[in-house]
Amino acid sequence: MKLLLDSTRCQGYGLCQEPAPDLVELDEWGYARLITLVVPPGAEDEARACAESCPNSALRLEG
Amino acid sequence: MTTTTVRLPPAQPPGTVLGTAPAIAESADAYRASGGYGATTGPGELLAHLAASGLRGRGGAGFPAAVKLRSVRDRGGHPVVVANGEEGEPGSAKDRWLLRARPHLVLDGLARAAAVTGAARGFVYLSDPAAGESVRRALAEHPPPLPVEVVETDHTYVAGEETSVVRRIDGGPALPTAKPPRPFEQGVGGAPTLVSNVETLARIALTAARPDLRDTIARSTLVTLSGGPVSPLLTEVPYGIPLRALADRYGNPGAAGALMGGLFGGLVDADALDLPLEPDALIAAGTALGCGAIHFLAPGRCPVTTAADAAAHLAAESARQCGVCVSGTAAVGKALYGLAAGTAGPDTADSLDRWARGLRGRGACGLLDAAAGIAGSLLRSFPHLVRSHLAAPCPVCAGAAPADGRHRLTVAVPVVAGAPVPARPPRPAPSPTPFPLPALKGTP
Repeated sequence: MKLLLDSTRCQGYGLCQEPAPDLVELDEWGYARLITLVVPPGAEDEARACAESCPNSALRLEG
Repeated sequence: MTTTTVRLPPAQPPGTVLGTAPAIAESADAYRASGGYGATTGPGELLAHLAASGLRGRGGAGFPAAVKLRSVRDRGGHPVVVANGEEGEPGSAKDRWLLRARPHLVLDGLARAAAVTGAARGFVYLSDPAAGESVRRALAEHPPPLPVEVVETDHTYVAGEETSVVRRIDGGPALPTAKPPRPFEQGVGGAPTLVSNVETLARIALTAARPDLRDTIARSTLVTLSGGPVSPLLTEVPYGIPLRALADRYGNPGAAGALMGGLFGGLVDADALDLPLEPDALIAAGTALGCGAIHFLAPGRCPVTTAADAAAHLAAESARQCGVCVSGTAAVGKALYGLAAGTAGPDTADSLDRWARGLRGRGACGLLDAAAGIAGSLLRSFPHLVRSHLAAPCPVCAGAAPADGRHRLTVAVPVVAGAPVPARPPRPAPSPTPFPLPALKGTP
């Protein structure tokens, strides 16, 4: 499973980091940065919650 | 504004992209006389020659042309081919020159790429009005074997990025989209799409005409050289030539380094000028050939000024789609401006280092990567200058007026004279074709 970020949609809400601190971090301006592209085994639920948390649908899952 | 027009070299041998008359727009007759349009090399044979020669794309990324052609062909369906002549790099003039001077060479390459991929539709994408006129005239002079439409766009840094190209052709703005999908998967109208730089297509046409010269064709490249005391120069050189030889030979002796690949290769110091002009060697050394635009750092100029100029250009050209790009390019631009102007805070070097590492790969296109690369390469190649600029204002930078810096990196395309008018009566207007050829619209 991969977590994909569409930078054009990221508005810096910052809501994605809390459900998935191992997958996403926020930069100094509040924009999301993926820590890892491939979701590690066992972190699938975290990744789903992360993707669903974005009010602007900037995050999606693939595979 | 200090934009300077690029000089053209004298006649080059046949088999080169520059050709035998770089300052004159080539007519269809002249192109045919040099062996153009007539090559009998079939699509499969041509693809094999391109794979063997290892021809790389000349838009900047240097992706192998044969691999790209095969990827589009293998997706099936009804592929589309696009000749991308929109060069956004301010220091490059080669693509616009090529469309102005040798439109038939590009259109021949586009038709051959269509044959290889199975495409039934083609586009020429550009922003330069003179290039557009030249291509329209060429299409009327020698109608291609498939419908080819000219699509014009505004000249911006990101308009030539492959997803911008697709979006614009589909009627949208010329702005990048998130990837995947890439155009070879889903491009114009959803079809698998080959977006190929015009110089790449020219080299494909040359390879079809002269398979015996395929390795020379693949291992030569157009370069736009600027920065020195003389006017910038567009020329064609073989891979492997040391950067210093290029600097010395073409009017930039004693260069203190260079801004490489347009803005993508970052800054290199004087020692790096021993590197050969060769894509892999430059990548291995942490820089890049990119689109072949090299801005040499003239002795007596300060590399910090050039870094600030480059960052200012990128910040101004951000498409403002990605928040991280707006914030990131502004931050890098402001920090480098401060360094040049003597107003930088003590944490500037740390901030530049953090952005150099943290901003790569974050935007939808490569513009933010270029800004990160400018910051990182200045720290890597000229650390002593960063320190000295933090300690005291630099008189050289102050003399260069940091505020209007971005235009210092911009070169202007050489004027290409119209082809000599053939001594025969004009042909009657063409009768309407069964399907419209949109490219003929606007033909004088």
